[in-house]
Amino acid sequence: MIPRQSGLDRSIVMWLAMGWLGFAGLPWYAIEDGFWSFVWLADLFSDRDYAPGLIQALVHERPWLLPPALALLAPLAVWRRNRTDPLYARVLIASGVFGLAYSLAQGFAIGISGWEYAVFESAFGPFGQRQFGMGYGALLVCGASLFLLAQGLAARGAVNGDGFVVGAVSLIVALVAIFIFYPILQVLASAFQDNDYQFAPALFLVKLFSRDIWGLGCLGGRVACGIAWNSLLLGVLTGASTTALGLAFALLATRTGFKAKKLLRVMTVLPLITPPFVIGLAIILLFGVSGTLTQLMEWGLGITPSRYIYGLPGIWLAQTLAYTPIAFLVLIGVVEGVSPSLEEAAQTLRADGWRTFTTVSLPLMRPGIANAFLLGFIEALADFGNPLVLGAEYDVLSTGIFFAIVGAQHDQGRAAVLAIVLLCFTLTAFAMQRLWLGRKSYATVTGKGDTGIPVFLPPRLTWMVYGTALPWAGFTAVIYSMIMFGGFFEVWGLDHSLTLRHYADAFSVTVGPDGIYWKGAAWNSFGTTFMIAAIAAPLTASVGLLTAYVLVRQRFTGRDVFEFGTMLSFAIPGTVIGVSYILAFNVPPLELTGTGVILVICFIFRNMPVGVRAGVAAMSQLDKSLDEASLTLGANTVTTVRRVILPLLRPAIVAALVFSFVRAMTAISAVIFLVSAEYHMATAYIIGRVENGDYGLAISYASVLILVMIAAVLLVQLVVGERQLGRRRPPAGGQVAGASV
Amino acid sequence: MVRKAASVRFVNVTKNYGAVAAVREISFTIEPGTLVTLLGPSGCGKTTTLRLIAGLEMPSAGQIFIADKEVSSLPATSRDVTMVFQSYALFPHMTVIENVAYGLKVSGVVKQQAIEKAEHGLKMVGLTGFGARLPSELSGGQQQRVAVARALVLEPSVLLFDEPLSNLDAKLRRRVRQDIRDLQSSLELTSVYVTHDQEEALAVSDRIIVMNDADIAQEGTPRQLYEEPADAFVADFIGDANLVDATIEELDGELAVVDIGGLRKKLPHRGLSPGGAKVALRPEAVQISAGQQDGGGGEVLQATYLGNHVEYIVGSPLGELFVVEHQVNNLIETGTRVTIDVAERGATLLPAK
Repeated sequence: MIPRQSGLDRSIVMWLAMGWLGFAGLPWYAIEDGFWSFVWLADLFSDRDYAPGLIQALVHERPWLLPPALALLAPLAVWRRNRTDPLYARVLIASGVFGLAYSLAQGFAIGISGWEYAVFESAFGPFGQRQFGMGYGALLVCGASLFLLAQGLAARGAVNGDGFVVGAVSLIVALVAIFIFYPILQVLASAFQDNDYQFAPALFLVKLFSRDIWGLGCLGGRVACGIAWNSLLLGVLTGASTTALGLAFALLATRTGFKAKKLLRVMTVLPLITPPFVIGLAIILLFGVSGTLTQLMEWGLGITPSRYIYGLPGIWLAQTLAYTPIAFLVLIGVVEGVSPSLEEAAQTLRADGWRTFTTVSLPLMRPGIANAFLLGFIEALADFGNPLVLGAEYDVLSTGIFFAIVGAQHDQGRAAVLAIVLLCFTLTAFAMQRLWLGRKSYATVTGKGDTGIPVFLPPRLTWMVYGTALPWAGFTAVIYSMIMFGGFFEVWGLDHSLTLRHYADAFSVTVGPDGIYWKGAAWNSFGTTFMIAAIAAPLTASVGLLTAYVLVRQRFTGRDVFEFGTMLSFAIPGTVIGVSYILAFNVPPLELTGTGVILVICFIFRNMPVGVRAGVAAMSQLDKSLDEASLTLGANTVTTVRRVILPLLRPAIVAALVFSFVRAMTAISAVIFLVSAEYHMATAYIIGRVENGDYGLAISYASVLILVMIAAVLLVQLVVGERQLGRRRPPAGGQVAGASV
Repeated sequence: MVRKAASVRFVNVTKNYGAVAAVREISFTIEPGTLVTLLGPSGCGKTTTLRLIAGLEMPSAGQIFIADKEVSSLPATSRDVTMVFQSYALFPHMTVIENVAYGLKVSGVVKQQAIEKAEHGLKMVGLTGFGARLPSELSGGQQQRVAVARALVLEPSVLLFDEPLSNLDAKLRRRVRQDIRDLQSSLELTSVYVTHDQEEALAVSDRIIVMNDADIAQEGTPRQLYEEPADAFVADFIGDANLVDATIEELDGELAVVDIGGLRKKLPHRGLSPGGAKVALRPEAVQISAGQQDGGGGEVLQATYLGNHVEYIVGSPLGELFVVEHQVNNLIETGTRVTIDVAERGATLLPAK
């Protein structure tokens, strides 16, 4: 039971071996033919493009690739030293820092056309060599360096000297730095450049304060307002409407005698499985020029069909439909968090139902309501699909960024400036939500069974709630039936004959001489989407849960910053991520655009907060003494995580898997920047069809997508979720501690 | 079971959480094979001390030795110490036998052997045949015994108990603490036991370390602590005590002549010199009888009948006294004037401060 205390740890030996494998046995540079191509196996050592770092340095005249060897040799010097020896830690830290810093520095310094920075050119003269994006080899060397550094820090006593935890923290920090902070910094940098990549601060100011961002022309004249104001107005409107409706639904579900409460729960799943812009599409089918309601009004009231729904009204309506369930989800927790005993106390103090609600219940919910508003605000600002489909002349920041990149103007600087403005808005809301509301929660979850029965609403309020929530629920149902059945009509609004044509166009399959032929137009993007989402889901869940474990279970300096950094990507709108990835990963050393890898990475870091939150929620329910019991029984941290924590987290794992899979399938904002001919995603494809006015195909594709996701949610829950847990009752009160007395 | 009881030694150990010291420069030694209790009010640092022994916390300064080997920076995984948790911390997804065999399995014992040892462990705590159940299917007392068995089967050099009885009802508590004590002494295990319940501490311990405010207040056998408390805190914490002012008039060999509110008593002087002092009076050492002598005396303010004894609150020139009277036949009514006397056996001199 007493482990070896001296000599290099087994994990260090393993990472050294990995480092050497990467340095001497795998191609240093990225392989043009893709991550999974193995053409290089045959010419590993002879080909200039495929050779490992060591061979590159010795044979192919790239001597600057030799120094990483130092980082992989130095740790051998402490082979027989004790772990508590200060030298041991120092050597490992130095090796790690050097290996990581040097590998990255050379990658950034030397690019496709020699020196990347003019400073080097003037200092060292012109440079004939060139290099490409980093590949497996470089990846492994950097990874090994990172873990040497982590082991060194652990040996110095960081986080109680636990190598596994320090490694996990380092890994997450490195990943977040590379895939969230570095791209965002690239956006900032490129905002300060003109289109020839020259530093131009004056131009930045001109762009930042330009009239089309901040102009207030719409207040007085007929000129449109700046797009920043458009976005803000939309955010406030959507935030307010979703919060109000969400509160109505939450009260309906918890504080009235409403019978079909289960049905309301179903509603909460809808935004998850619906690509947001699909709502916009259904709105066009209802309110568009040839929409059902528009035609009805023409027929009945003689109103000439117009494009009245396009612009702010349409986007607002679509977003309210799309995000009300999110507000509902937040607010139902808030309403349930108000302790019934407080309301009972108010009533025994002679307050009637209405006064109890206005003086006790509502004030207690206030922080939660503000929270729901900020969430709605962030979602509305980040939404890309609905403004794209319904926006017409009403430009908002998220679409503005897109058109600055793909439009005729192709102005990266402008895209970057718009991205910064949008980021400032969402980050402000996010910071307000975290810092200001974080401390203001009155939620009364004490763990002690709080007695008392939730007080029903006073009659006046009950009728208000019914009057708001039920019509809206009906409207939502209409919208969803449009989505599910709209695809069966020839041309919506003009020719209402039933047809399967659109489904055939999208998903037909013929059996030809060469076997099955996937003839439908949608198969290609559908297959890609499914594959990318399936690869991304387990990775997202792993990163998210690992982060959650570190956050809930470990105490270390900088933990607050760490938490903020990992949750930050929630507040970064998808369009900003999309632009930043294009700017950051288009050139070596990290050359990822156009590959499937960048899509997977994008999903991992976009959806990571979902996994983190699922994990944090579940892990807070597990008593810490379970971990400690395992540790005192001689299990190390890895064994404890594997045998105690993971089995108990099974429901959270399922949730994280499903969420990240489904979100990857429905995402559009970041994806639309990152798709390529080879890797086309379903949502981007559908948006394309919508822009071409091909609503039939778009809506039938969307309905299939929604059905597939419902099936996926059900299937995963069935297969992974219930099997283990079905054997026993869920622990009472949700608290899974060892004791139950 | 192999006997390999080890000693535990703390040398100037400090544990800080930020600016707050949970444990401040404490030193003590626990002899092999003894059961030592860490006793004190909540927040006194006793649980931190236990977790320092377990390796769940690392000391900010000082050294910890187990079996004369320094383990100060060794994590819990690598220490030969097991612990019975307050919440029992049974893994809810494993059966009883899997729980008990867990430590053996992760330490690399072959599965078959681990199961055999685990079954032996269950037998020791009287739970043979419960192996296939889940912890949630056991009563609180049974869960507690599983937790003990799980800690025992690893044959640790030190076994730790963190308030193991606090989740049991009062009747069961008395029996289980005796079981723990029997098991510990028959296996001659070095055990450290944390509790805030002084009666429990007196019942199970070879020695008690009383802690207060991150420091050790006194260490000794249960009897020493009760009869010779070092200061007012210990006197008050171990058993009940009335702390009253007194004057030492003169020393007479081992004894001191003490004036306690007009009563002249001879008590061991315990190194104190003439002048002001305090006396700790055990409740049963204060004797009251109805009827008043001239001067002195007091009045019964409250009388509580508790079956086998009566508790009185008596107002007197010494202050309000808490009195326990085992003679329940002549209940003294509230408001009765009484004569007060003090039995020398239940009175202890303490420094004035």
